[in-house]
Amino acid sequence: MLVLLGIGVVVFGFIVRANPLLVVMAAALTTGLAAAWTPSADIAVMTNAARDTLATFGKAFNDSRYISLTWVLLVAIGLLERAGLQERARITIANVKAATVGRLLWVYLVIRQGTSALGLTSLGGHPQMVRPLVAPMAEGAAEAKFGALPDRERYLIRSHAAATDNIGLFFGEDIFIAIASILLIKGFLEGYDIIVEPFELSIWAIPTAIAALAIHSLRLWLLDRHLKRTLTKASAAEAAQ
Amino acid sequence: MITLAYAYIIVGFFFASISILTLLDRANPRRFRTALFWALLATSFWAGQYLGDLGNGLLALALVALAAIGLGQGKPPTTTPEQRRESAERRGNLLFLPALIIPAVALGGTLAVQYTDWGPVIIQEQHKTLVSLVIGVLIAVTVLMLWLRPPLLAPLQEGRRLMDSVGWAALLPQMLASLGAVFLAAGVGDQVGRIFAEYIPMLDTRTVAVSAYCIGMALFTIIMGNAFAAFPVMTAAVGLPFVIIACGGDPARVCAIGMLAGFCGTLMTPMAANFNVVPANLLELPDRKAALNGVIRAQIPTALPLLVANIVLMRLLAFP
Repeated sequence: MLVLLGIGVVVFGFIVRANPLLVVMAAALTTGLAAAWTPSADIAVMTNAARDTLATFGKAFNDSRYISLTWVLLVAIGLLERAGLQERARITIANVKAATVGRLLWVYLVIRQGTSALGLTSLGGHPQMVRPLVAPMAEGAAEAKFGALPDRERYLIRSHAAATDNIGLFFGEDIFIAIASILLIKGFLEGYDIIVEPFELSIWAIPTAIAALAIHSLRLWLLDRHLKRTLTKASAAEAAQ
Repeated sequence: MITLAYAYIIVGFFFASISILTLLDRANPRRFRTALFWALLATSFWAGQYLGDLGNGLLALALVALAAIGLGQGKPPTTTPEQRRESAERRGNLLFLPALIIPAVALGGTLAVQYTDWGPVIIQEQHKTLVSLVIGVLIAVTVLMLWLRPPLLAPLQEGRRLMDSVGWAALLPQMLASLGAVFLAAGVGDQVGRIFAEYIPMLDTRTVAVSAYCIGMALFTIIMGNAFAAFPVMTAAVGLPFVIIACGGDPARVCAIGMLAGFCGTLMTPMAANFNVVPANLLELPDRKAALNGVIRAQIPTALPLLVANIVLMRLLAFP
């Protein structure tokens, strides 16, 4: 029962908005100490438990370094931004008359989900694609249609650009057979002597992928309707002044 | 052969450069501790395999301590908005092309390893996508340096500019994965399973078991910020004993859809910094520090119906 204290630490840290890295480390140490605690445990036992927990954490931290490897991408992205990549995206999309925010994001959703399903998860992403390309393009689409944007709508559009990237990625990547989550499932089940092939797992991600595409397409259609309603009203009010 | 070990050396060099440039940047109000943070991360990439488990644990502890007392942001030299606009107009849509080099090389490398005889000779098969990704970055930077002719330090300074804006959040996913390992070793999953069985009636019927597993995955992911960390715990607690063993669910289908139910939780939590906090920072949203920032609020109306869809799909498909 006591080992659940670690979950409590995460929840508490989350509520008081402590630094998440600190919350994670505190939760790990609490869990390890709680697992070792007995009424007769003395200081030496608990010190050993703390050391063992830190070692378990350290081993896992070292084994999962590849998760943080992808930040090296920022070198190339930074160079492109330096040369005006974001500015170029704005110019380009502002010239496309037909694009609305919803339609633009829908196209991105389909591309993101499709490429993630092919294992190309690094094709999108927030530092790589959303900040330099998708968000400015979506803002550009709205500006071309409605003129200068109020802050509220500008940030709403940016939020939806990020959301669309996440949803496309999450519900596309599991269709690819060599993605971490699929390999994690396979490894977990092997521990219980259940052998599954990655292909068997990835094929059952397809029904959810279709549901995600349908639901989020509807959301983007509703976003277009919302923007049209509020921004037409706003520009009409401006014209009346 | 190019292995993951080489990729780690290159990434270690990246973090080490950020550390040195931070140390030299007097505009960063906390340059010493920020430099130390990136130096420790460089150490992890360069020498993690020699530090031992406890050594790595202490290194992680030091990173956490530095992040908790606060990192600073520097002012790397970069171009002005006017220069960028001018460059964008002059270079035109050609600017988009180099952005595709990295994914193209990552895919090309992965496919080459999979389908050619020479691919596995060049690239380590086990980590083909990650290794190809790093090779792609090196190629892209080389092309950009030759084409744009920026100052020699520009790639590292621009990298530092973006890394500073991400800050300590860069390490949260790796830390969460490590927390998952500690939870598993301490048997947190078994305990959660006992609680579920105690408080949820009819947990051995299909609909109840499937709902408990999917909602549990989403809730636990919201708490942990990471479906990867939640999966072993919730599946050991509810998925395996109830949905698969008691109700006869197919393991592959139950686990595949269960993981996706967890992803619905990822869409709704600020603990998933990489997906929900980092973009709010990168996009400079005014409410980026709020628990439910704009990105999360944009995602919840998709995540909730999709969670219901996952429950329905698992109930319909997982019991052939």
